[in-house]
Amino acid sequence: MAKQEFDLIVIGGGPGGYVAAIRAAQLGMKVALVEANHLGGICLNWGCIPTKALLRSAEVMHLIKNADQFGISVKGVSFDLSKIVERSRKVSAQLSGGIKHLLKKNKVTVFDGWGRLNKSKEVIVESDGKEIATIKAPHTILATGARARVLPGLEPDENFVWSYREAMVPKELPKSILVVGSGAIGIEFASFYNDLGVEVTVVEMADRILPVEDEEISKIALKALTKEGIAFHTGSVSEIVDKSKGDVKIVKSDGKKDDKGQSLKVDKVISAVGIVGNVENLGLEETKVQVDRSHIKVNEWLETDEPGIYAIGDVVNPPWLAHKASHEAIICVEKIAGSKDVHPLDPNLIPGCTYARPQVASIGLTEQACREQGLEVNIGRFPFVGNGKAIALGDTEGLIKTIFDKKTGELLGAHMIGAEVTELIQGYTIGKTLETTEAELMHTVFPHPTLSEMMHESVLDAYGRAIHF
Amino acid sequence: MPIEILMPALSPTMTEGTLAAWSVKEGDIVSSGDVIAEIETDKATMEVEAVDEGTIGKLVVAAGTEGVPVNQVIAILLVEGEESVDLTALATKAPPEQTSETPESIAKESQKTESPAAKQTKQVTKAIQSEDRIFASPLAKRLAEQAGYALADIQGTGPRGRVVKRDVEAHQPSVATKDNRKTRKVAASGPSPKELADLLGTTYREEPVSKMRGVIAERLMEAKQTIPHFYLTIECELDALLSMRKQINEPGDVKISVNDLIIKAVAKALIKVPEANASWNGDTILYYDQADVAVAVAIEGGLVTPIVRGAESKPLTAISDEMKDLAGRAKDGKLKPDEYQGGSFSISNLGMFGIKEFSAVINPPHGAILAIGMGEKRPVVKNDELTIATMMSCTLSCDHRVVDGAVGATFLQAFKGMIENPLGMLI
Repeated sequence: MAKQEFDLIVIGGGPGGYVAAIRAAQLGMKVALVEANHLGGICLNWGCIPTKALLRSAEVMHLIKNADQFGISVKGVSFDLSKIVERSRKVSAQLSGGIKHLLKKNKVTVFDGWGRLNKSKEVIVESDGKEIATIKAPHTILATGARARVLPGLEPDENFVWSYREAMVPKELPKSILVVGSGAIGIEFASFYNDLGVEVTVVEMADRILPVEDEEISKIALKALTKEGIAFHTGSVSEIVDKSKGDVKIVKSDGKKDDKGQSLKVDKVISAVGIVGNVENLGLEETKVQVDRSHIKVNEWLETDEPGIYAIGDVVNPPWLAHKASHEAIICVEKIAGSKDVHPLDPNLIPGCTYARPQVASIGLTEQACREQGLEVNIGRFPFVGNGKAIALGDTEGLIKTIFDKKTGELLGAHMIGAEVTELIQGYTIGKTLETTEAELMHTVFPHPTLSEMMHESVLDAYGRAIHF
Repeated sequence: MPIEILMPALSPTMTEGTLAAWSVKEGDIVSSGDVIAEIETDKATMEVEAVDEGTIGKLVVAAGTEGVPVNQVIAILLVEGEESVDLTALATKAPPEQTSETPESIAKESQKTESPAAKQTKQVTKAIQSEDRIFASPLAKRLAEQAGYALADIQGTGPRGRVVKRDVEAHQPSVATKDNRKTRKVAASGPSPKELADLLGTTYREEPVSKMRGVIAERLMEAKQTIPHFYLTIECELDALLSMRKQINEPGDVKISVNDLIIKAVAKALIKVPEANASWNGDTILYYDQADVAVAVAIEGGLVTPIVRGAESKPLTAISDEMKDLAGRAKDGKLKPDEYQGGSFSISNLGMFGIKEFSAVINPPHGAILAIGMGEKRPVVKNDELTIATMMSCTLSCDHRVVDGAVGATFLQAFKGMIENPLGMLI
């Protein structure tokens, strides 16, 4: 079998890998993409996208249940879980097919198989235990992603303990669920199952839920989700006492003996305690590539310690977000191509979103981070209850918080909770990327009536000028 | 409405200056044309005249303030019938650092405006309006303003060369001046002379780089690095010229110098060979209609090149008087920017130091510079016989983008013709 030569090989076809392949092809490179499972990666097949489809069903359900608030009577509401799941799978399938088409259109050669580096930095592609190709390129990007982290005693067993995978395709609706971990994934599943009528308990080791978000936002989220009926145990850990009976115990995470903890019976446990990078069986031991706690070490240009080998996305440092992977893909490829107008990714310019009800979205520094850095700040807040569109929508819970550097007026961070904030955050992202100060945001005309007006008011409030509150 | 008097731009590239002195005080009545203040830039001191009549209501910027941005309000003029109370309305225009100097009522008013930083941005935008537009992010503009950097000096690395936050943060102006970073940066490759001297234990005296020295360094570095220089040397016999000069000066009422005659000869030659009277303009070449001849004048701490404009049509006496005036004021630092900016050609004369021959660096936007050596008696061969003549070596540095070898040579022939047959100059 002849060795095929390329300008660039990408291992992994997720939002990091396929974007890298397409961008490289646009720049005139001959590109190979090796994907073992499904194009689009976890994001598109088992992550971001299918969960959004599930959450949409939950949202529709919630609206119908509350239809009388809007003057509409609906009787005999029910749902078919299998159809909700089926729709979610169809959405993923449609998009995965779309990626295949995009790669073809850009003349990227796709190898269906497992890619692994050998000593000469060639990539061996294996399928069903057989080597199907050996390919070679001066540059190889590792975009192999990550998988759910497994805690001892909380190993997913496809029955009682679910990982995100099982949680995404339930065959029947459990009566009660314990969600372990209150990051974006845990909170989204909690919100989804809660809206479908499941009794949901969330346990979080940190002292607050959504621990990466601004403290104030965490508090509002806790209050709002508690009001929706979810039970929370922060600063706590859980322990399975008896799988067959569904007995679990929740104790304080400082492990104080005198705390007997709370005993609970649940149908299922969803483990959402973070991720680990896919660094195994890639032949990394044949190279100088360094791995630190399951993630590949890279510099600001996504270069590993082995010349010609790069890594992007979830397999490298956080934040572990699809859009971060895609952007790293662009930076990595353009740097390889020798573009002059390429700069390292600024973590403060990466927005983060949680699609629960209410939604949470943020960018930049939290108030606590500003304080830790000793920055003097101006903080603006505007509540949903002061916004006409929010009231008309019937979504009056939430807050938009903005943080500016007192001296320079730099927009340091924006933190939002409430309806559609995941669609709003891009406004601040653009502003921040263009290096806005409060002045430009104040001069911006926001359309009325929209939720976005709150973004304006929050900025005005940071300087004591809010009009509507 | 009270009238704002703004910091003037004395040259197209000026972004800030020093308000050296006020010639008026608050309450003085001024009329159009009265001198009200003196402004200093890196090269010169210039008087500012009142444009309108009225009473000086407020001197917003104190005398001696350095780094006053162009277009900043420096004083407020009240027209007839206005009281100083009207100043309150203008208070928000005053920059924050000046509010402490304004009356209390004004200070209060300006502090009340919610976003003090926003006002600074306004001034930055104003200040750069007089130049080519500099693309910079809002934050970068504000950071530069707060740090006292001129945006024009900061190398942008954002999209399409836009100046962004990291560029302002990376900007390291030298101790003496905030304006000559480019020069510094180049000099900084390898160990600095200071590091080396300290390492070797060499003793030295360290002096900050003056603003003028910074400008000289930057401009000449730019000239040597970006202009393809080449050099042509010619020998001119001076005897006829010296004899003519003697005749002119003999009555005693005028005193024309050899340098004056050289200026005239250069101007005449430039008109005769217009291809040499030119500037490289990127995608075009400018051919000038008249000969604006710049003359390098050594002054304390550096040099300036005042310009004799339209020298080809000025009588020798006028050139002589003008040159004396320009050189005198150059030494006092009193040249106006339009007296040393522009021009098409320069002359550098080191003959008085006994220099026989040298080559000079072109002074942009000029297309060439003529380096004049000393006039001396040398043995020459004339009609196959050895004889003595007063000779002068002149070396022309040409910008090859504008002046080719043949053009430069033709110019030198014309120049030599003027020098050796000097009566031609007087026609």
